[in-house]
Amino acid sequence: MKQEGNEKALLQGLARNDRKAVEMIYKENYNMVQSLIINNNGTADDAKDIFQEAMIVLYEKARSGTFELNCLIKTYVYSVSRRLWLKKLQQASRYTEISDMETVPVEEDIDDHAQRNAEFEMMEKAIGGLGEPCKGLLQAYYLQHKNMQEIAADFGYTNAENAKNQKYKCLMRLKKIFFTHYKNGNGDK
Amino acid sequence: MINDNNEIMILDAVERYIRGEMTPDERLYFENLRKTNPAIDQLVVEHTLFLQQMNRFGQWEDFKSTLHDVHTDLAEQGKINSDKLSGKAKVVYLWNKYKRVTAIAASIAGITALTISMLTNSLAPKTSSDQLAQLDRKIKVQEKITYELQKDLDNVKDNVDTKADAPVIDYKTGGTGFLLDGKGLMITNAHVVKNSRNIRVFNIKGQQFNAFVVKLDILRDVAIIKIDDAKFKPFPGLPYGIRNGSTDIAEPIFTLGFPRDEIVYGEGYMSASTGYKKDTLSCQITVPANPGNSGGPVFNHRGEVIGILSTKETLAEGAVFAIQSKYIFNAVDELKKNKLYENVRLSSKSTVSGLSKIDQVKKLQDYVFMVKGD
Repeated sequence: MKQEGNEKALLQGLARNDRKAVEMIYKENYNMVQSLIINNNGTADDAKDIFQEAMIVLYEKARSGTFELNCLIKTYVYSVSRRLWLKKLQQASRYTEISDMETVPVEEDIDDHAQRNAEFEMMEKAIGGLGEPCKGLLQAYYLQHKNMQEIAADFGYTNAENAKNQKYKCLMRLKKIFFTHYKNGNGDK
Repeated sequence: MINDNNEIMILDAVERYIRGEMTPDERLYFENLRKTNPAIDQLVVEHTLFLQQMNRFGQWEDFKSTLHDVHTDLAEQGKINSDKLSGKAKVVYLWNKYKRVTAIAASIAGITALTISMLTNSLAPKTSSDQLAQLDRKIKVQEKITYELQKDLDNVKDNVDTKADAPVIDYKTGGTGFLLDGKGLMITNAHVVKNSRNIRVFNIKGQQFNAFVVKLDILRDVAIIKIDDAKFKPFPGLPYGIRNGSTDIAEPIFTLGFPRDEIVYGEGYMSASTGYKKDTLSCQITVPANPGNSGGPVFNHRGEVIGILSTKETLAEGAVFAIQSKYIFNAVDELKKNKLYENVRLSSKSTVSGLSKIDQVKKLQDYVFMVKGD
């Protein structure tokens, strides 16, 4: 009972990107995933990548609010990591049977994750392709939620109105790049 | 132009609508507009999707950076055994690892051989008796003349805005320093500024600013100085973070400094995790360094500051020592005890990590200054 409450609090913390919660979950589960990966043809670097990807899956799950705690965080992280690693092994065609502890089905979550990951990369590419000052301008406004006065001061525009015009032009460029990728990406499926 | 302004207004309205910032009246009006105007409706749908993607992107980036930090911290504290290995895969893993180490060793050997042969060709033996030379620069007469000339030229150029001429300073030492925050707090070596009454710092454009020492730690050879000049325009933030941990051997590094009156880039690698005679305060790097480089930043490939370049061994060419960046945190913690500076915060996040080396340096060089003292 107590453990269940703890786990719930951890997940809520995780959903807020709370450093303490992330650290707790990390500390509790990392070694387990690392031995899984290393005992199955992986390196410590692979373990780090896979574990962090599993953490992102868990993060999304926790944020969606639909995460029913029908298993322990540990079991979930293990299941996702195992699945992700199997997928990677299959891609590299060095598939081996992974002997294991208890797992829960996570196929759907991983498919969702793959989709979101693709979207993330699309946005990353689109923003990366913008160049300065557009990139910084849009990040300041949309990600750091600064207001136009602050942005005008930071980026050396004479007033907020000028910054706003520039932001608009940048936004149009970004949207154009993003939606081109987005439509192409979805067209493939 | 009018058309453009209109579009900006519409987009503004759409964003406020999506964020729920409209008054009820406005909202009603806008919703009507949406029903009757399919183009607006389309824009709302599209922009909502876009903003969602944008938000999620930002959150993922934040989360990934948390993961990265947590991993480094836990590994350093030994709470996860990110290096220990077990099972039969160990052999395979060790082989892979050794392959890499062998490759690195080979390339280091290669570089060393090249460096040595270059040095024997180009350098006459040193006469210095000190085994460890501090890399501050004694300003030579010739340079001083050049500098004075340059200053005269500058004075002629901006005669208008320099009201009273700055007092002529007879500079005796020179080094490098870099900003710790956007407001002009800067770090350098103690040996660069310790005997100076007047300190001036110069940015890459040659603009000069007065500065004063706020903290001097002779033992660790760290000095924090502060730009105190109305001409100095604060930066909104720094493009680099300061690494609060150690750095692995063989990691590529680069430096920026002022061994002459021009910023100079140097490239090398981390060669040992301790300094001269196993000094744990510093680390050894292999990078070209000359007098004047003292106090300059040592960056890793992500553009994080990992050290302050400080001394070099005179008997072994190429052995340069840097103070480990975690002592910057120590120095700043000390400084924070002073009420005036209790709000100083160091960033550990670098915003240039994804950029190419050339672009990184372009961004970083504005924050590195030449430091001169009399």
